[in-house]
Amino acid sequence: MIGADARAEARAGWAFVTPALLLIGVFFAIPVVGAFLLSFTDFDIYSVADFGSTRFVGLQNYQDLATSPLFWTALRNTLYFVVVGGPLSVAVSLLAAVLVNAKLVRFKPFFRSAFFAPWVTTLVAMALVWRYIYHPQYGLLNAALGLVGIGPVDWLGNPQWAMPSLILLSVWKNFGFNMLVFLAGLQSIPEELYEAASLDGAGPWRRFRHITLPMLGPTFVFVGVVTMIASFQIFSEPYIMTQGGPLKSTLTLVLYMYEEGFRWWRLGYSAAIAVVLFALTLLATLVQLQLQRRREP
Amino acid sequence: MSARWRSAGLHALLLAGAVLAASPLLWMLSASLMAPGEANSSPPPLLPDRPTLEHYRALFTSLSLGRYFLNSVIISLGGTVLAVLITGIAGYAFAKLRFRGRQSVFRVLLAGMVIPGQVAMLPMFILLREMGLINTLFGAMIPVLAPIYGIFLVRQYALSIPDELLDAARLDGASEWRVFRSVVLPGLAPVMATLGVFTFLSAWNDFMWPLIVLSDDARYSLPVALANLAGEHVQDVELMMAGAVVTVVPVFVGFLFLQRYYIQGIMAGSVKG
Repeated sequence: MIGADARAEARAGWAFVTPALLLIGVFFAIPVVGAFLLSFTDFDIYSVADFGSTRFVGLQNYQDLATSPLFWTALRNTLYFVVVGGPLSVAVSLLAAVLVNAKLVRFKPFFRSAFFAPWVTTLVAMALVWRYIYHPQYGLLNAALGLVGIGPVDWLGNPQWAMPSLILLSVWKNFGFNMLVFLAGLQSIPEELYEAASLDGAGPWRRFRHITLPMLGPTFVFVGVVTMIASFQIFSEPYIMTQGGPLKSTLTLVLYMYEEGFRWWRLGYSAAIAVVLFALTLLATLVQLQLQRRREP
Repeated sequence: MSARWRSAGLHALLLAGAVLAASPLLWMLSASLMAPGEANSSPPPLLPDRPTLEHYRALFTSLSLGRYFLNSVIISLGGTVLAVLITGIAGYAFAKLRFRGRQSVFRVLLAGMVIPGQVAMLPMFILLREMGLINTLFGAMIPVLAPIYGIFLVRQYALSIPDELLDAARLDGASEWRVFRSVVLPGLAPVMATLGVFTFLSAWNDFMWPLIVLSDDARYSLPVALANLAGEHVQDVELMMAGAVVTVVPVFVGFLFLQRYYIQGIMAGSVKG
């Protein structure tokens, strides 16, 4: 009797997970494997019409990548976005969380929602809004900076400023999410720790440094990894605001992949970019987890 | 005295932050009500001289934004209903039903979370083309249908369901599906709501995949249509801002009413994860 029940349960278990596994298998796992295979072929516009014209070319696509200046530019730009934008985003989130969480603060839910609001908006729409905010002549940003005597900057038209402009938009758009994660982390720190430290004469900075930061350790791992993975995938901002320009200064890996794959239909070459993106994400995730593990006792 | 100053400083800082966070959204709304060309003056006006709805009218008449709006609603609602159902039963099964291979399958799924979705997009395009799903609204909703983080979220929540409750229902002769429907589902309602709002949001806001899969103008989702429109109407700031407002309003209003589910979802998911 028990055996029959267990069998029924096991059958139901498989039945319940099957729809999800099928979808993930067909529309995620197989395509991911497919991307690897594709990256060893010369799949192009002719292959789209007739698969038979596709040939295996071994590592040719990767060799082409390595010798393509555009690829290195896209890689450098993406790393710039990840290395500068990621930590900045995390820092702003943490600052917002600490401020909102302060004991003196009233109307906490209001501030929490106000900071979180940009996160729920549509990125494409916000990229358009910011494109006008960055307008050199009529933009709000230059108007505001003009009030304090800072000269007009051509934010999106200047290769030096274009990427920082995208980073600013991205930080504004996304910091609310990580702020909530940090808030959850902050609220799980026992109050007694702070009271004990205060009795020992520790000021706010030392309490932050020696209690808050260490206690937030696991939260940092989560926030760091999630933010970094998302940063590697930046696409919509440059697609809408700069089309990768000026002078390719905002061409990112995913934008490059999109253009090679869906504009020029060089799907084999484009798949090699996808594989590089995957490898980079995996490597960066492992490094971050490893660093965290070493820091913990 | 010092506490009062500290409090004032803190609130001033927070208020400045809130203004900075909200100002792009407020400006978007304000500019969408300005007369054509009004926003393109120096210094840029903060409020419309004489508010007008003409851009909204133009969007829904000559630019047929209504159709794109409807496409987005179908993609997002359809995707959300399916995703909640599919991930709901899967998450529950991974938490509570004992079957061989459960742990290892779940571990593989978790590992899959580090793979960026874009890696799959090129082969998926070829696959969908073979299946005749290119240019269909169903094709556009595929990436949200079985989110791994959703399965993970439901599983974490379902772990706290007491086994005795399930066994009691089974002793009464209920089938596993009955057990799920009448015993488990009511308890999972909060996490399903959280999953629902997140899925709707990601389907509504998604851009890259719809851009790839929807090539026929009539099938565009709202963000794709907006991006396309922006290329043709670069100079029409006010019109574009009205389009941005239309795109953002549904998710924004949804957020105002359902913020509990967003905020609890993020705060709970991350702590347990």
